[in-house]
Amino acid sequence: MEPTLTMYLILSAVLFCIGVTGVLTRRNALIIFMSVELMLNAANLAFIAFSRFLQNVDGQVFVFFVMAVAAAEVAVGLAIIVTIFRQKESVDIDQINLMKW
Amino acid sequence: MELILFLFIALAAVASALLVILGKNPVYSTLYLVTAFFCIAVLYVMLGAPFIGALQVIVYAGAIMVLFLFVVMLLNLREPQKWDVTGQMRKLLGFAVAGGVLLVALAAVRLAGAGRDKLDPALGSVENVGQALFNKFLLPFEIVSILLLIAIVGVVALLKRNMPAVTKGGK
Repeated sequence: MEPTLTMYLILSAVLFCIGVTGVLTRRNALIIFMSVELMLNAANLAFIAFSRFLQNVDGQVFVFFVMAVAAAEVAVGLAIIVTIFRQKESVDIDQINLMKW
Repeated sequence: MELILFLFIALAAVASALLVILGKNPVYSTLYLVTAFFCIAVLYVMLGAPFIGALQVIVYAGAIMVLFLFVVMLLNLREPQKWDVTGQMRKLLGFAVAGGVLLVALAAVRLAGAGRDKLDPALGSVENVGQALFNKFLLPFEIVSILLLIAIVGVVALLKRNMPAVTKGGK
């Protein structure tokens, strides 16, 4: 027996929610960033699953673009984290309030 | 048979994802995230998308996670990042919101349905994805290349500005 679309979507939802939990509960900026990556991957999994069960290749092309955007986002985000770490000696988001007014 | 493999991989993916957010040491979190990405790559192959599966391993598990690991080790965080003791309320709220999102997502899954009369195994081949990428999605593809260029320039500009060695060596 093959896994159904529903199973893939449930797995995707669970992974996404683990990512949400990580973003909301952790204070280390790096872990929060990793959780964001996890959420992106959960969305990608849903894309691929739908692409398969709807027999449409567009979903896979979208995953390709998501990966490209994620690569750009990670590069810039990590550069920002490194810059903040140089100034504050910390990546704890409770101590980072540069944008607060 | 395939179902057993799926359940095994799904369990591994969820377990390593949980270890990412529960781990104390960011280095271990990074390595568990690599494991999770490998599991997802296996699922892509099972879903008949070998090209995207290969991209997942090369770009995500390879390039992006190496970048993560590099930064984690570069920053060399002294104290292990503990769970927030003072912010119990926020932690509770975080779990509550995530649980709510999960509930909504599962409800949406129940409503989702897709016909699966005849599944074409060659759908996710390099040829098919490439055809779609370079015909229907040619303009977005070019825009993504510009985005990557902007990201490169942005990173260089961000990290060069307050690097004393570089500005001193300039003149």
